[in-house]
Amino acid sequence: MSGHLLEIGGLTAFYSDFQALFGIDMYLDTGETVAMIGANGAGKSTLMRALTGIIRVGSGNVMLDGSRIDHLDAPDILLKGVATVPEGRRLFPSLTVEENLLIGAHARKGDGPWNLQSLYELFPILAERRHSPGTALSGGQQQMVAIGRALMSNPRVLLCDELSLGLAPVIIKDIYAAVPRIKAAGTSIVVVEQDIGQALKVADRVYCMAEGRITLKGRPADLSREAIHDAYFGVQA
Amino acid sequence: MITLDTIMQGILLGGLYALFAAGLSLVFGIMRLVNLAHGDLIVLSAYLILVIASAFGLHPFLAVLVAAPVMFAAGWLLQTHVLNSVLGDNLLPPLLVTFGLSVVIQNGLLEGFSANSQKLSAGSIETQSLQLGSLSLGIMPLLTLATAVLVIFALNRLFYTTALGRAFRATSDDTVTARLMGIRPNRIFAIATGLSLVVSCIAAVYLGTRANFDPSIGPARLLYAFEAVIIGGLGSLWGTLAGGIVIGLAQAIGAAVNPEWQILAGHLAFVAVLLVSPRGLFPRAND
Repeated sequence: MSGHLLEIGGLTAFYSDFQALFGIDMYLDTGETVAMIGANGAGKSTLMRALTGIIRVGSGNVMLDGSRIDHLDAPDILLKGVATVPEGRRLFPSLTVEENLLIGAHARKGDGPWNLQSLYELFPILAERRHSPGTALSGGQQQMVAIGRALMSNPRVLLCDELSLGLAPVIIKDIYAAVPRIKAAGTSIVVVEQDIGQALKVADRVYCMAEGRITLKGRPADLSREAIHDAYFGVQA
Repeated sequence: MITLDTIMQGILLGGLYALFAAGLSLVFGIMRLVNLAHGDLIVLSAYLILVIASAFGLHPFLAVLVAAPVMFAAGWLLQTHVLNSVLGDNLLPPLLVTFGLSVVIQNGLLEGFSANSQKLSAGSIETQSLQLGSLSLGIMPLLTLATAVLVIFALNRLFYTTALGRAFRATSDDTVTARLMGIRPNRIFAIATGLSLVVSCIAAVYLGTRANFDPSIGPARLLYAFEAVIIGGLGSLWGTLAGGIVIGLAQAIGAAVNPEWQILAGHLAFVAVLLVSPRGLFPRAND
């Protein structure tokens, strides 16, 4: 037992014959926000898909609070307490904003801090647009729905894939303003980001990925600009 | 001569076609599965109702209450053990499997019940009618249309006001993201097919009381159902009701002009609607 909330050891993943992840080691402690940065194609989203059970893990393991979850199917991983804000938001077009939020609680067992009311307090604009189709909202509002939908399961770990993708800087700031409140409610967070500045601002610790490997890790204050630059672009030290 | 009576008969006949089509529409709307055995499953349900009605001396309307849960279970098992394993990006495997199922059901029924025609007897209600001025409307056709409206209303309520309906729509939109929300698509599909066969059972009781049936009539019912679904717009339940009524009206009007044109007129109406509106009358916005 390591004592970490989420611990990933030697994780590999493949798309047919193509190896996308090479022995990823990382961990997340309770109450932490960890950022995973890296350029396009670094393997960040593949890692998210492997963690959530959307693609099969090749080897290695993923432990949640000491028990293995890497062999589980996506719905079971959610039930264990790992929820996802997927890349590109992927709201359900047939569902209204409120229904998109409610579907996040589909498999919920028991209570927790997040429900429709607390989410409407976190993102008041969603209360006004609750009856609109989810996909009729602006990109930033859709991202709020995607975050809210994931929180509705009251997860222990929230995996956010590319929160800032395609959004204006002012909107990104609004979205990231919610992160400390989510953390304060007891959810530990992994944020996958291409926007290094935003990631460094919000994270307690940072991992950098390039070509399917972790190339750098540490606390934002301890990492130099050069080291991050080299790790981000896969330049060997 | 096309009279008000002809039009009313057409609309009432449309109720039966809408019932044939509702189950098909439900399954297509949720999992994009075209079930080629749908007509045969309706006929199978009619035989099941016949067996239950004769074994226990029940009225067909009561026998359907026993048959419906049996068909729900059959649908659940069929989806879980057969159809789920062939669903995917390729449309061909489910078509081939349901086509095979259609052949198996027809031959199984032929073996078990012979090619002789059967009929469900609903008693005196079959010949009763309602006189509205010069119009004489049969009670059974009225009940059929009312049931079709009720079934489609109930399915719509299920789709748009319940947690299960939300899960149906979410799974239909995006199976992968639905799994991330804790939904198990294979279970959702199994429930949908079970429900579809419950609706088939309801259609079967009206099929069997309206006219004779035998093991070979399934494919023609599938054709009417398919046309109704496509006329209405794939995946739209109220559209399916409208589609059924369009075919019923066309057949009634065709028959009034020349009795030989009844079936042809229905098919021509289908082609005409497709020419004017290729996605049907009420297409879903996101299809």
